[in-house]
Amino acid sequence: MTGLNSNQRPDFAAIAQWVKRDAHVLDLGCGDGTLLKYLQQARGVTGYGVEIDDGNVLECVKNGVHVIQSDLERGLAEFADNSFDYVVLSQTLQAMRNTERIVREMLRVGRTGIVTFPNFGYWKNRLQILRGRMPVSENLPFEWFNTPNIHLCTVADFEKFCGERGIRIVGRTVLTDGRAVNLLPNLLGELAVYQFGG
Amino acid sequence: MTPARKLRGFFMAAIKTHDLTRSVGIVTPQTARFTAPLPLRSGAVLHGYELVYETYGTLNTDRSNAVLVCHALNASHHVAGIDAADSGNIGWWDNMIGPGKPLDTRRFFVIGVNNLGGCHGSTGPLSINPETGKPWGGDFPVVTVEDWVDAQARLADQLGITQFAAVMGGSLGAMQALAWAIRYPQRLRHSIVIACAPNLSAQNIAFNEVARQAILTDPDFHNGNYQSRQAVPKRGLRVARMVGHITYLSDDEMASKFGRQLKHGKPGYGFDTEFEIESYLRHQGNKFAEYFDANTYLRITKALDYFDPALDHGGSLAQALEVVTAGVLVISFTTDWRFSPERSREIVRALLDNRAQVTYAEIDAPHGHDAFLLDDARYHRLVAAYFERVHREIAP
Repeated sequence: MTGLNSNQRPDFAAIAQWVKRDAHVLDLGCGDGTLLKYLQQARGVTGYGVEIDDGNVLECVKNGVHVIQSDLERGLAEFADNSFDYVVLSQTLQAMRNTERIVREMLRVGRTGIVTFPNFGYWKNRLQILRGRMPVSENLPFEWFNTPNIHLCTVADFEKFCGERGIRIVGRTVLTDGRAVNLLPNLLGELAVYQFGG
Repeated sequence: MTPARKLRGFFMAAIKTHDLTRSVGIVTPQTARFTAPLPLRSGAVLHGYELVYETYGTLNTDRSNAVLVCHALNASHHVAGIDAADSGNIGWWDNMIGPGKPLDTRRFFVIGVNNLGGCHGSTGPLSINPETGKPWGGDFPVVTVEDWVDAQARLADQLGITQFAAVMGGSLGAMQALAWAIRYPQRLRHSIVIACAPNLSAQNIAFNEVARQAILTDPDFHNGNYQSRQAVPKRGLRVARMVGHITYLSDDEMASKFGRQLKHGKPGYGFDTEFEIESYLRHQGNKFAEYFDANTYLRITKALDYFDPALDHGGSLAQALEVVTAGVLVISFTTDWRFSPERSREIVRALLDNRAQVTYAEIDAPHGHDAFLLDDARYHRLVAAYFERVHREIAP
């Protein structure tokens, strides 16, 4: 695969448009390395993925992505201060036990952080709640009893979180079906993509 | 039975238990002679020496597919296949190397070499010192990981290999793979560093010292010159090997393999072998004392103790690894307490500091340090995938 399909991880395209050419990138929870591989080919970036799962580590090796097998909950001790242009955490923030710590770590090792997460405030999620059920959707595919997502939040929640901690939001794209939503993003946006600095 | 038929019988027996379709088959070692003096890290100089080595697979026309496999403490150049002189002697990393195996000999030209100071044919304490006409014995110089790597580089010169596709090893072998990336950065594309540490901890050195003292205090040791007295410090070697084996296995692995099981079911209130673990350690010790040379053991443990690439760089491993241009695959095993994952992470961190092309995998295996020698599917799949990548790089 040389590019990204439009129907595959729409947040990847949003991330890619922000990443400058030849940047040094750290992709936390990089999965099979698809994003990094794409950024390497399309933007000439260098960098590493961090992944805990054996199967994903193997896929990264097959994909030609430099991967470091590690548990993000342990922090990023292997990485020196200010050693990356971008630190990406895609669709993983909501599954982290210590949310604040990982955001701080991202800003310690990198100049710019990029996170993506499913917007819990999306109207379809709200509707399911109103119907008395926990939301299950393409972006939230798990049932309440088996979900790894322990810290779900809304667009408004995340911005409040950053504001209270002096974290500067420098870019925001909220997507529904891969398209940017500008009107009422906390209600109409399904997937949030943020770029922030310290 | 004639000796030839007997030999044939041995071969057939070995072949039956050995999957020949995935084996490099019967292999014969070769000897390379070197006349140029080799300056050693200790300041001593070795004037002329021999290295015994084996090769598997075929060197391609542009000589780009060679992989050097470095051995650890007690192993040798016999890395894969069936030893032509002893059909029961299967290479020590045969599960890793062969046709269709993670290091695939249909693609790569693999070299195994017995290190200098060894006791499997390369020049070492058992060899004749040309200056005295007698075996070197205790006078053989102390050699280091860097000395081995220098000698291996000369072997590569002789074989016409200017750049290895990869240099690979586990444990002490991994230290050589790492030293290669530091000493000869242009001469390898990849360094595969398995179950390694950037240097030995005080605890590691302590275990080595117990092993050395067992040998040095054996009355048959005679200051290392036991050979001329027709003696072998077997008691020392046995204890040294027993200590080593304790550190190769994890506590859990020992518990599940041996537990507190007694050989005869009930306690004998004496000092015979009673617990299964005692029996295992004695067996390993006895086996080792039959084939391994005490002077070599002393020197190899010293090479381990002295390995510390950061030392020449004010204690900074990152600085020591600044010159590394090779891709580095670092693998550790969760239950390895001899060279724990933490130690591998130190190497990874120093490589990351240099923006090196590093990949790190931590394999969840129960077997302790020995895991690097065992056939673990996740581990082998990863090495296979990495070599697939190396192969794609060098493919014309």
